[in-house]
Amino acid sequence: MTTATIVPGAERALKNHVSLGQTVRNSLSMAYRGLLKIKRTPEQLVDVTLQPILFTLMFTYIFGGAIAGDALSYLPFFLPGILVQTVITTSVVTGVQLREDMDKGVFDRFRSLPIARVAPLAGALLADTVRYGIATTLTFVTGYLMGFRPEAGFGGVLAASVVVIVAAWALSWIFAFFGVIARSAGSVQGISFLVLFPLTFLSNAYVPADTMPDWLQWFVGINPVSHLVTAARGLTMGTDVTGDLFATLLGAAVVVAVFAPLTVRAYMRKA
Amino acid sequence: MNLTDPSWAIEADGLVKTFGANRAVDGVDLRVASGTVYGVLGPNGAGKTTTISMLATLLRPDAGAARIFGHDVVKEPQLVRQLIGVTGQYASVDETLSATENLVLFSRLLGLGRAEAKRKAAELLEEFGLTDAAKRPLKQFSGGMRRRLDLAASLIAQPPLIFLDEPTTGLDPRTRAQMWDTIRRLVSSGSTVLLTTQYLDEADQLADRIAVIDRGRVVAEGTADELKASVGSSSLQLRVADPRDLGDAQAAIERVLGVRATTSPEAGRLTAPMRDADRVTELLVTLREAGIHLTELSVQKPTLDEVFLTLTGHGVEADDTADDASAEPQFEGSRA
Repeated sequence: MTTATIVPGAERALKNHVSLGQTVRNSLSMAYRGLLKIKRTPEQLVDVTLQPILFTLMFTYIFGGAIAGDALSYLPFFLPGILVQTVITTSVVTGVQLREDMDKGVFDRFRSLPIARVAPLAGALLADTVRYGIATTLTFVTGYLMGFRPEAGFGGVLAASVVVIVAAWALSWIFAFFGVIARSAGSVQGISFLVLFPLTFLSNAYVPADTMPDWLQWFVGINPVSHLVTAARGLTMGTDVTGDLFATLLGAAVVVAVFAPLTVRAYMRKA
Repeated sequence: MNLTDPSWAIEADGLVKTFGANRAVDGVDLRVASGTVYGVLGPNGAGKTTTISMLATLLRPDAGAARIFGHDVVKEPQLVRQLIGVTGQYASVDETLSATENLVLFSRLLGLGRAEAKRKAAELLEEFGLTDAAKRPLKQFSGGMRRRLDLAASLIAQPPLIFLDEPTTGLDPRTRAQMWDTIRRLVSSGSTVLLTTQYLDEADQLADRIAVIDRGRVVAEGTADELKASVGSSSLQLRVADPRDLGDAQAAIERVLGVRATTSPEAGRLTAPMRDADRVTELLVTLREAGIHLTELSVQKPTLDEVFLTLTGHGVEADDTADDASAEPQFEGSRA
C-alpha cells in the first residue's frame, strides 16, 4: 500500500483522554466542514436571508402606527426585538439540520475517530454562527434602509450583534439537544417551536410590557429573551444596560453548561 | 493463552448485544492474530455489523468484553479509536463534500497540519485512482468509487487494525476484484484486517482464518481449507424421481460416501458433501442397483448456503428455520 509499514498496535504511545487543545482544534475542523456545507448548499440560507427582510418590513408597518404613532418612531424600539426573534428562530434550524446530518453515514466515521466527542456537535453549532451573522446583518441593513439611525452608531450595532449571536449560539445547544434525542427532523422543529413561541412573544420584543396584566409582566420580567432584547436595545441606543447584559451572558453560560454535556451524553448513547 | 497478550489484535469474549427482544449478537468469541486477515462470514442479519460496531467502540456491548491490542473497548475507547480504521457497509464519507475535502477534513481531525493534510489527501487519492474525480461532488461517484474513498479515509492514520464491513457487497465483479487487490496490498504493509462478507469466495480469497457467524453466534472457526473440508470441496445434489426413495437414497449415500446427506423432502432433493469425485460413480451404481431413479444430478461448488447447511443444519433463508428445534428468535429487524 503506502511505502511506510504500519507501526504495530502494541508499540504505539497512546492516551485515553482528549486534551482541551485537541477539543478546540477538532471543533474548529468540524466548523470548517459546516462552512463547506453551507458553501455547497447555499439554498439552505433562504431562511436567514428572506426572513429578516420580510419580518422587519412586515412587523414595522403592522405594529408601528398602533404602538409608537408611526413606523419610524417604532424602529429603534422594535428592531432589536425582531433581531432577537429572527436569530433565535434561526438557531432552531441548527437543531433540525443537525438531526438530518446525524442520520448520514459520515457520523459513524466521526464516532470511530479518536477525536473529542463534543467536536461534531460544537463544530456544527459554531459554523451556524455564520447564519446568525447573515440574519443580523440583513436585519440591520433593512432597518437602516427604512430609516433606522441608532444613537450608539455602528459600534453599538456591532456590540448588540455580538451579544445576540453569542446568546443564539448558547440557545442552539437546547435545540441541538432536541435534535439528538428526537426521532426525526420534523419533530425537532415541532418541539423547538413550542418552546420558542412563548419565549419570544411573551417578552418585550414587540411591545413595552407595561400594558400587560401583572402576571404576564412578571413572566416578561424574568424571561431571558427580555433581558437579551433590553441589552440589545440599550447597546444600540447607547443607554446603560450592564444589568441586562450581565443577566444575558450569565444565562447563556448556564444554558451551555447544562445543555452541552446533556447533548454530548445523548449523542454518545445514540452511538 | 494469555488474556491480554498484545500479539492478539482482537480478543472478544462472550460479546452480547440485544436490540429489544432480538439478541443480535449472542456470545461471540473471537481471536484475531496481528498481521492477519480475519474473515467473518455470515448472511444478512447474522450479527456481523453489530459485532464490528462493538469492536470499533460504536456500540456498547450488553455483556462480554473485547480488547483491541490489549486495550478494553469499553474502558479505553478513545485509545482503541487511535488503533483502528473503520470502513462501513454504507460508505461513511460526507456526501456534500468533494473527495479531497473529505480526506483533508479527516486528516485535520486526526491531527495533521494544513499542508500535511492536503499532501496526504492527494497521495491517497492517487493511490486509490481517484485523482481525476478529486474535485467532483460525491453525488456523482459510483458505488465502487465511494468504497475506495471510504477505505482511503480509513487509512489516513495508518491504523494497525482495519475493519471492513462487507467491502464488496453491491459491487460489480470487476470493481470487486480491484477492491480485493487493494485489501491484499493493505495487508502486505503490516495491517491486521477484519472483514465481514456474505461470500465464501471472498473469505476464501482474502482471509487467513474465517469465523462463520449465524444468529449472533460463531458456529465454526478455522482456516478456509478447514472450513471447506468440513463441507466437502464440492457438494453433490441429487433429485430422486420418487420421493419415497429419499430415505433409501440417503442411506446409500451414507454407506458409500461415508457422509450424511441433507434432504429437502418437498423437492425430493438430497445434498451431500463430496470430497472424492471418484466415489460418485460407485454411488450411482449402487443407486441403480437399488432401483432408485434420479431426475437430476449436479455438482456444486460450496456456497455459503452449503456451509450453513452443513454447519448449522439449516439454510440461510428464514423459512428454512421453522422446523429448527431450538426455536431461537429470528433476525428480521437487526441493525446488522
